[in-house]
Amino acid sequence: MAIIDPGHAAKQLIYERAFRSATLIAAVLVLLILGGVAISLVRGAWPALSHFGFSFITREVWNPVTDQFGALAPIYGTVVTSAIAMVIAVPTGFGIALFLTELCPPLLKRPIGVAVELLAAVPSIIFGIWGLFVLAPVLQRHVQPWLIRNLGDLPAIGHLFKGPPYGIGILTAGVVLAIMVLPFIAATMRDVFDTVPPMLKESGYGLGATTWEVIWNVVVPHSRVGIVGGIMLGLGRALGETMAVTFVIGNAHRISSSLLAPGTTISSAIANEFTEAVGDLYTSSLIALGLLLFLITFTVIALAQAMLRRLERRSGAVV
Amino acid sequence: MNRRMLRKIKNGAFLSLSLVATLTGLACLAAILWTLISHGVSGMSGRLFTQMTPPPGGQGGLLNAIYGSGVMTLLGILIGSPIGVLAGTYLAEYGRNSRLSMLVRFINDVLLSAPSIIIGLFIYEIVVVKMGHFSAIAGALTLAVLAIPVTLRTTEDMLNLVPIGMKDSSAALGAYPWRTTLSVLYPAARSGIVTGLLLAIARISGETAPLLFTALNNQFWSTNLNAPMANLPVVIFQFALSPYKDWQDLAWAGALIITVTILLLSISARVLLALLQAERGS
Repeated sequence: MAIIDPGHAAKQLIYERAFRSATLIAAVLVLLILGGVAISLVRGAWPALSHFGFSFITREVWNPVTDQFGALAPIYGTVVTSAIAMVIAVPTGFGIALFLTELCPPLLKRPIGVAVELLAAVPSIIFGIWGLFVLAPVLQRHVQPWLIRNLGDLPAIGHLFKGPPYGIGILTAGVVLAIMVLPFIAATMRDVFDTVPPMLKESGYGLGATTWEVIWNVVVPHSRVGIVGGIMLGLGRALGETMAVTFVIGNAHRISSSLLAPGTTISSAIANEFTEAVGDLYTSSLIALGLLLFLITFTVIALAQAMLRRLERRSGAVV
Repeated sequence: MNRRMLRKIKNGAFLSLSLVATLTGLACLAAILWTLISHGVSGMSGRLFTQMTPPPGGQGGLLNAIYGSGVMTLLGILIGSPIGVLAGTYLAEYGRNSRLSMLVRFINDVLLSAPSIIIGLFIYEIVVVKMGHFSAIAGALTLAVLAIPVTLRTTEDMLNLVPIGMKDSSAALGAYPWRTTLSVLYPAARSGIVTGLLLAIARISGETAPLLFTALNNQFWSTNLNAPMANLPVVIFQFALSPYKDWQDLAWAGALIITVTILLLSISARVLLALLQAERGS
């Protein structure tokens, strides 16, 4: 009855150590990837950053012929297109999340939820090709002329809607981005709304509140952190989105006062020009753009994750 | 009474708006699918799967691009998913509450949402520049890096769903954690982990931006992993923006193929997950 075989136990211990180390190495590799991304971007961007200095992010010029590069136009384009996207997608996403959690008949809840999630699975290049061939002509023929006629002469904001309706441009890119980030915002908000304890909502209804009053005065305050987290997650996506924007932005390195004019964003400039860039300074300037994008999106996404995490812990403590 | 009416009207207005928002979202999905089908079906033909991408103005298919996408996606998953699964195992089993795990979890969530073009630049710097040329290997590595966060996240979540009693039973029989993980936890979480793999494939097979400067493109048939390789997304990008009608038709056909593939993958992932939950519930 030799139950314990010392050789067997020793072998088990070796396997155990090997497996444990393999999982640990894989986990550490995730950290190394992020570190590697940061280091390689800084190294690649160094020639441009040391050559132009701080003025790299304050100059609008982008001239491969004279080797003069400034990031202001792409930064402007990135910020403005993302802002347009958020203005459209946040209320719409909020509406969808509200519909799914409070209004939707149970039978439809799953199909509609899945449909929204499928919209998130559509690759960005599909949004790009659709934006260029379907959305841009529609905007050019119907929406932009209306904007120019009705808003173009207003004081203060009129200049945003001046000029010819190109179809492609900052506004169109913003609209495509809005459709792209919509499912992320809607899905996160839905999940956040689901964490509100039913007891709180029932208390609201018990006091005679309408559905909207319960949502606005109970659900929203309770899930505020999560809502902001979801919005920032969507913003992170919008800032870094590449292909969809590249198709419809028009790739013009200038800052126009009109939203209808073509522009450029950080990611679309990289996608459009990287393989064609000749000269070290040109390539390095594009990588410097990538570094900027990395810093911006990292900050936004990290903040979003921190907020969502806080919410998770809190709801975990309540349940 | 008046005030009550006002509240009711306000309620009705906002609830209608939320319905409108939902319909808008669904309409966008429908519009995109409709455009893809109406443009893509006319480009569908046997040629698509038997001929190479044509020169400007010529006729041809997408065979080399479909092959290239398949190869690079497969390689990406083969390299990326073991790392993701192992790291997920570490987070769920070995270092559940350690400081390192918290950090890895956080960084992984950041990578999950990070712009893919940045990952492309990273691989360009460490692979393409070092090798001196674009290659299918570089493309596959990019996709691998993009696949890791998805598989890691699902693996951890799914392992956490395995009832603790199963783990305890295995430990009570004297099994070491590695044996428990391989023989009890992985089988128990199998459909969940497969879901993660499907989602990762769906995520990377449509990636375009990072392939632009890693795998680049190749007009010809090539199985050389050390050379540029054609792939569907980059071909769609190039052909859709061209002035040639034949190229644009091919781009639409490619777009339809890629979207149908990805939607099928996403739907199967969801069905698997639903089955898993039903199993748990019973």
